[in-house]
Amino acid sequence: MSRINVELPGLDLKNPIMPASGCFGFGREYAQLYDLSVLGSIMIKATTVETRLGNPTPRVAETPAGMLNAIGLQNPGLEKVMKQELPFLEKYDVPIIANVAGTLTEDYVQVAESISTAPNVKALELNISCPNVKHGGITFGTDPVIARELVEAVKAVSKVPVYVKLSPNVTDIVEIAKAVEAGGADGITMINTLVGMRLDERTGKPVIANGTGGLSGPAVKPVAIRMVYEVYKAVNIPIIGMGGVTNAQDVIDFMSAGASAVAVGTANFVDPFVCPNIIEALPAKLEELGVKQIKEIIGRSHR
Amino acid sequence: MIRQERMTVVRQVEIAHHIYELVLQGEIVQDMNPGQFVHVRVSDSFEPLLRRPISIASIDREASECTIIYRAEGRGTQILSQKQVGDQVDVLGPLGNGFSADAAPEGGTALLVGGGIGVPPLYELSKQLNARGVRTIHVFGFATENVTFYEEQFSALGETHFVTVDGTKGTKGFVTDLLEELQPEFDVFYSCGPLPMLRALEQFYPEKPGFLSFEERMGCGIGACFACICKTTENTEKDYVKVCSDGPVFPKGVVEL
Repeated sequence: MSRINVELPGLDLKNPIMPASGCFGFGREYAQLYDLSVLGSIMIKATTVETRLGNPTPRVAETPAGMLNAIGLQNPGLEKVMKQELPFLEKYDVPIIANVAGTLTEDYVQVAESISTAPNVKALELNISCPNVKHGGITFGTDPVIARELVEAVKAVSKVPVYVKLSPNVTDIVEIAKAVEAGGADGITMINTLVGMRLDERTGKPVIANGTGGLSGPAVKPVAIRMVYEVYKAVNIPIIGMGGVTNAQDVIDFMSAGASAVAVGTANFVDPFVCPNIIEALPAKLEELGVKQIKEIIGRSHR
Repeated sequence: MIRQERMTVVRQVEIAHHIYELVLQGEIVQDMNPGQFVHVRVSDSFEPLLRRPISIASIDREASECTIIYRAEGRGTQILSQKQVGDQVDVLGPLGNGFSADAAPEGGTALLVGGGIGVPPLYELSKQLNARGVRTIHVFGFATENVTFYEEQFSALGETHFVTVDGTKGTKGFVTDLLEELQPEFDVFYSCGPLPMLRALEQFYPEKPGFLSFEERMGCGIGACFACICKTTENTEKDYVKVCSDGPVFPKGVVEL
């Protein structure tokens, strides 16, 4: 058995590393650079029923050790993702986590019902926390009752386990985590980006066309670690942690706080080879810590 | 093929006010074409975080060297400007689709129009056009004299005109003012620079084939993040294109201006 494999509902992962949704497209671009089969999983870009063109540009801005983005869930729509994107990924030995987004409950249900039948989709990630769309997205992720109802509706149609991506833009993330667990969620992914803003030094106006954007990158890691730590204590379903992961030590930190696997987002833009590099570095990191199996460290900060 | 490489700094010179010419050596050079760009990580730390897209100004395959010309304006490019000969720089490239020198007929004339830091990618293009027996006319606009560069280099390749907004060098005004005055005869035009300039060129020469290089804020540089989207005109197949991977160079008429 490998030293770094982990098991989660629906996901038997050869390693706990996966690119985070929105930071890896549908894998095509990174497939030009390395064999995607080395990855534990891939969280593909959010898929909505209809084709979405997203927000006006500029859509990204740099901040100290971070990045703001307001892409706005641009994607080719359910039909094209099913016909063109997912079959492309079948070439690789890697389970896919499909990120499901929508405006109304019915949209989420429609995407989930269909996309969960794709042969390589082994789990769903419900996107109830995108801060960059006016309707849907975050509105589902900030009210525990609505979040729970949405999870129940999606669970009723999905053929694969359902993970729910939580927003950090709430007063009490534990309350939302408990609500989605009660709704039948098989796991939690966290955190999505933090709503932020940067102003142009000369004009004083927001740099991003949307005004606000989602903050990601190393700057958000302490917030993410704290939230994973709190949620781990409160729920009995596994967590996939993310937020500012750039190296093997960050992975150890997230898993120590309670994550069973870790997603890498913005760091892919800084170094497109970051995921395979982390996977390669993990065994030596475990050796250093005197740990035989990576799963032994999950939640060790609580013990 | 896109590759990541630690390229070696061979030369770094400030050729105009805050404008730097940086020569890098590495294997990536073998795959470079005019109009493509590189994505440069200026620091091994995460501050600043993102890479900087910089156009390729000239390519020397024999020496495995390329030249990039950039304006040291923000934190990232200022750090880059501090790199010394012998230092290594993390480069991802070559990226995007560049200018096609083949679009100009042999024995014909190409008009190259650049604005500010949009001028550099036209240099390698001009060299390749001249090598193919295409006559080049260069019309370049800058804000003021102390940010102008490469007059000698371009003059060696063809008719070269500079225009500055404040009139400190060449004609006073914008490239469009000079183009109206010159009324150049040509077969195809190539351009890189600010959006109003690209827009004006499309309007000026509706009958001529043309190629425009665009700039947009980028995240990944390879087409995965959807940050650098441009809307396409209604009569094209797609609703949008990505500047980093579908461009930065597009035939005129593709991108909605």
